[in-house]
Amino acid sequence: MLAKILDVVIAGLLLGGLYALIAMGLSLQYGVARVLNISHGEFMMLGALTTWALFRFGVNPLLSLAICGPIAFIIGFILYRTLFTRLRISSATIGAYEGSSMLASFGLLFIIQNIALIAWGSEIKGYTYLAFPVNVGGALFAANRLVALGFAVVIGVVFYFFLVRTRLGKAIRAAAQNPAIAGLMGVNINQVLALCFGFGAAMAGVAGLLISMCYPIKATMGLEYTIITIIVVVLGGLGSIPGSFIGGFILGLIGSIVTYIEPGLSLAAYYLLFMFLLLVRPTGILGKG
Amino acid sequence: MNITKIKFRKSFWYGLLFLVFVLLAFLPLYASAYTVILITAIFMYIVLTVSWVIFSGPTGYISLAPAAFFGVGIYTSAVLGKALPLPIVICFGALASFCLALLVGALTLRLRGIYFSIFTFGLVLLIQQLLLWYEIKFTHTRGRFVIVVNNTTIYYVMLIILVVLLLAAYLIRRSKYGLALQSIGEDEEAAAHTGINVTALKTIIFAVSAIFIGAAGSIMATRWTYIDPYIAFDPLFSFLPVLMAIFGGMGQFYGPIIGAAIFAYLEELLLTRFPYYYMLTFGIILVVAILYLPSGLVGLVEKWRKGDIVEEHASP
Repeated sequence: MLAKILDVVIAGLLLGGLYALIAMGLSLQYGVARVLNISHGEFMMLGALTTWALFRFGVNPLLSLAICGPIAFIIGFILYRTLFTRLRISSATIGAYEGSSMLASFGLLFIIQNIALIAWGSEIKGYTYLAFPVNVGGALFAANRLVALGFAVVIGVVFYFFLVRTRLGKAIRAAAQNPAIAGLMGVNINQVLALCFGFGAAMAGVAGLLISMCYPIKATMGLEYTIITIIVVVLGGLGSIPGSFIGGFILGLIGSIVTYIEPGLSLAAYYLLFMFLLLVRPTGILGKG
Repeated sequence: MNITKIKFRKSFWYGLLFLVFVLLAFLPLYASAYTVILITAIFMYIVLTVSWVIFSGPTGYISLAPAAFFGVGIYTSAVLGKALPLPIVICFGALASFCLALLVGALTLRLRGIYFSIFTFGLVLLIQQLLLWYEIKFTHTRGRFVIVVNNTTIYYVMLIILVVLLLAAYLIRRSKYGLALQSIGEDEEAAAHTGINVTALKTIIFAVSAIFIGAAGSIMATRWTYIDPYIAFDPLFSFLPVLMAIFGGMGQFYGPIIGAAIFAYLEELLLTRFPYYYMLTFGIILVVAILYLPSGLVGLVEKWRKGDIVEEHASP
């Protein structure tokens, strides 16, 4: 029994690490840049499929990290500087901006997803890398899962210290609290928001890379992960980066437990939890107010 | 511009409207079967879009629930279709949607802005997943077959739904409730202070708009003959009405109708041959429309007309 519980918990943590990484990205994009980016999962899908395509040319998936992350960052940065900055300036209120930027990101979802479908087709893909079993406290897990978890935690912690310890991190935190006043204090607000959006996209890209090592992937996988990400971000508190990190692990655990009890209901349980949370505590577990 | 000219214009438009209606009413008598099916699909999208605009247009609440109401209609038809006559099935579909919307409305309308959007979207996915689980667990089949109805009947039912919807939308827009919705969209606090029962109004209008989506779902199910939770609760039915309404422009009554008609026709042309390019175009148009056409095609037309009038005045 104890082994079974440990099994479920570790599986949940492994899943949760990936959720945490994607959710941190969205938390940056929504919490700071105010874009509820529905195309977030598409950046992840791009990372996953690029890694897969490179793997077929013999590139080690962990080396693709140096390719996926920067490319996703550049795409995100440019998108923010062109599309979303324009929307932000032309919107009368922050509420109107959130609405229109969300709809624009729906458009991006269809654009990115269908470019990927045209380029790579719709079939399910996968490759094996580091798939040998590792014994963790009596339960067996594939090594790639553990590597993925390790990367997710390292990236999360490094980014947290970046936010807390550096000047740019401080500017980002200031912009999250109040963009207008941060701008008055000398923060180049358009630049900082675009950086946040880019960082968010890069995290999604890297998460996609890690996911492609462990799970089968396909061009239409994005939306499902986006939804899970939104759930994690709401769970952790919109705009709270540590919150979304913790929220990822909590949701991973819940998913793992529900899958153990009734596999068909794991997604339904996520949505139910999410809607309940929105009604009862929309600010999340670490959110203010 | 003098009075007779205005009167003439008005009667001209009414005449044209009547003519279009008569042409549509007798369409199956002279048009090919393909045309009838195509026009039915266009009607379906107009119904979805105009229903969405009834609530979301004036209030600015971006609802992503249409797919849920549509799916409820579809499933009502699949479950009751064999036991009951078609008109009753459609009424039940509409009623089920209405009840769901009433429940959701009462639960969520205190959520503001983006929270409302993601809640309604979560609703679509929740119902989809629960239904899938139920079907596999208890009925042991993923999908269901729906009774077959001939295309002409589907066409007429859709036409009736559309006409009733347009009348309802027009009346709501012109009534004091339409004005109240508009004021909620501009400033909810202020609207409440002027004596509008904000929550009740929002809930009722949300539910009324769901009636038509549910009815459209129940009749469209008979056209597809086979359905499963992924077909019935396809999130695309939530996104498409939003896009069509934005593209057409919500400032005028006819805007969403034009937007839906254009897109439904495009879909028919492109979807079967180049599905990915169709969806790609769809995304590009959505982004471009949000960036450059915040008031849609109607906005363009209005601009052009205003420019015309200004020129008229400018020339002595």
